[in-house]
Amino acid sequence: MILWELFYSFFLIGAFTFGGGYAMFPLVREQALAHGWLDAAQLVDFVAVSESTPGPFAVNMATYVGAQTAGVPGALCATVGVVLPSFLIILLVARFLRAFRDNRIVRGCMSGLKPAAVGLIASAVLSVALTVFVPDAPALPSLTEPVFWVSAAVFAAAAALLFWKKPHPVAVLGISAALGVAAGYALGL
Amino acid sequence: MTDRGKDLVSLFLTFMKIGAFTFGGGYAMIPLIQKEAAGKRGWITEEELLGVVAVAESTPGPIAVNAATYIGERVAGFPGAFLATLGVILPSFVILLAVSYGLRAADGLRAVRYAFLGLKAGVLALMLRALWTMFCKVPKKAASSVLMAAAFLLTAFVRVPAVYVLLGCALAGLVWSLAAERRRKP
Repeated sequence: MILWELFYSFFLIGAFTFGGGYAMFPLVREQALAHGWLDAAQLVDFVAVSESTPGPFAVNMATYVGAQTAGVPGALCATVGVVLPSFLIILLVARFLRAFRDNRIVRGCMSGLKPAAVGLIASAVLSVALTVFVPDAPALPSLTEPVFWVSAAVFAAAAALLFWKKPHPVAVLGISAALGVAAGYALGL
Repeated sequence: MTDRGKDLVSLFLTFMKIGAFTFGGGYAMIPLIQKEAAGKRGWITEEELLGVVAVAESTPGPIAVNAATYIGERVAGFPGAFLATLGVILPSFVILLAVSYGLRAADGLRAVRYAFLGLKAGVLALMLRALWTMFCKVPKKAASSVLMAAAFLLTAFVRVPAVYVLLGCALAGLVWSLAAERRRKP
């Protein structure tokens, strides 16, 4: 039944994610943790992989979670699930595109959905921050632990780069991975 | 081959190229879709493409998938929509399957472990940057701020399922905007 669960969960994710990209992450996180498919740390790894490979983030995430959970059939079910809602809805609205966009009901719902998506992402970012900096929660990180300082340094470097210039996300991930490898060998973690 | 057959093949191949060569998805794909589907092939006009992007924002799902389905449908009906959508997701599907098996084989390698230590911190920075951009785009209105704060608090501390939060906020936005409309023209 895991295949059905994958399909159904990703169908829901596809149906409730507006705007794509990170907007789907809070929902993927919720479903994956609730079903016990992944733990919080693996999820962050998955985001890194999905961001550094080509293609839509949602499709990458679905294929990857599906493959890790139930092999090729799992990947297929999750990917079809995440794509199906947009496919069907666009087929329905393709003929009266402009009328749909200007519809007052659609506009009204969107005026609530946009801020809600930002709030959901903020809560997901908070949980990712906890996963990165407080991995053994509820135990606080020990400040003598080199892993904590490597994470803090890489985060500071990546954030500074991102807010200062607008580098490509793949470049930021490449630099972060290289810093992690360098620090890991240098400190013998 | 018939004209329709040619259209179907080129829809599939063009969208496969778009899927294979854009990183990050979403808005990153729009310039390439513009170049391939509007410029080179003339399947839709630039203006229509902007309309598609606007609609993609108000329909669920990845923008690339929405655009592929829409353009495919316009060019060649249902088979076109199907093949364009299949094309845009196929590269992701194959690449991520390969990465999934590759990383499982490499599990336990020290270099991979170190790389993911750095990647986790980098992803956090990327998400924070994306969050900031989205936050700046939210209209500075009381209604938006209340919904944003409510969505954050309900999911971060009360653990209300995200789907209910989204449904509630969509309804609140609808009621709010219809009420505002009524106030404007009494």
